[in-house]
Amino acid sequence: MNTISKIIIPLFVFGIIFYGVKKKVNVYDTFLEGARDGLIMVFHIAPTIIAMVFAVNIFLDSNFLEGVLSFLKPVFNHMHLPMDIVPMALLRPISGSASLAIMNDIFLNYGPDSFIGRLASTLQGCTDTTIYVLALYFGSIRITKTRYALPVGLFADLMGIIAAFIITFIFFG
Amino acid sequence: MVNVIWASLIFIAIIYSFFTGNIETINNGILTHAETGLNLILDMMPLIILWTGIMKIAEKSGLLEVFSHFLNPLLQKLFPSLPKDHKALGYIASNIGANMLGLGSAATPFGLKAMEELQKDNPDKTCATEPMITFLVLNTAGVTLIPTTVIALRMMSNSANPTEIIITSILATTISSISGLTLDYFIRKNKKRRGVK
Repeated sequence: MNTISKIIIPLFVFGIIFYGVKKKVNVYDTFLEGARDGLIMVFHIAPTIIAMVFAVNIFLDSNFLEGVLSFLKPVFNHMHLPMDIVPMALLRPISGSASLAIMNDIFLNYGPDSFIGRLASTLQGCTDTTIYVLALYFGSIRITKTRYALPVGLFADLMGIIAAFIITFIFFG
Repeated sequence: MVNVIWASLIFIAIIYSFFTGNIETINNGILTHAETGLNLILDMMPLIILWTGIMKIAEKSGLLEVFSHFLNPLLQKLFPSLPKDHKALGYIASNIGANMLGLGSAATPFGLKAMEELQKDNPDKTCATEPMITFLVLNTAGVTLIPTTVIALRMMSNSANPTEIIITSILATTISSISGLTLDYFIRKNKKRRGVK
């Protein structure tokens, strides 16, 4: 699996440049033209990234989520559900690195082959950081009216989380 | 919408830490997290510049159209309002392909480029169009066939079988994507029926 993903990128780059040369495209000038567009793109997304990273990180620093969830802990213990998965599921749409850090903690505390370890792995792999992706993609082209994009994205996340629970239970429960 | 979330995150953080006596941490955070963001941009910058350069070659040589031809039946269904030869479709196809293979760093520049192409025929530059939203839903659902980061972390934590979660992840991401796209489809259909643009 690993070797496959290692040869994909070199082959991809080779293929594109080879095809360009074959079609008599001036590949170097064209690369520079595209790269200049890329530089402008970075300038466009920079404010969005700084804004989102700032807000998400001070939110995580405040430990608000831990505070709220500590109230729910007795309920979860009573139902024999692993509490540690809840903050991870809640943070998954907001911050990829935060949910990854929680997954790593779960691996350390329960082991990657425990039920909760497998559940956390599935959860991390099944969806992307919705709010970040939305802010980034729309921010880059200065879309401010996102219409129904966020509710639909979060709905997909919710279904992914529920599916992850059920599927992990069926496969490893 | 992002507006509300952004403000809420900041308000909650500052007010909550006032009450819990944690204001010192927030104070430091405000001063350092702009830099955290900048570092993320600096990490992404070389890859974005490299991939937009490479992909420009693919665009000029016509290879990008070849890519989109592969996924054409699927793309046609997902983006019925886009003409078959729309430039964005090639980038969308590349973005989906890169995401599926777990090449996140390449997928982002392709996705940004696709948005840029979609924005070109948007009459109201501040308002998201239907193809944009469909594309976004596809991306936030994160259709990944090989979750490379998760497998790497499982390996480092001495899992007996690091790759056993591939199948569960694929199933979960499929359900997540299909639910998102279905809801998106019905919203579009409903809007059309009521004659709202």
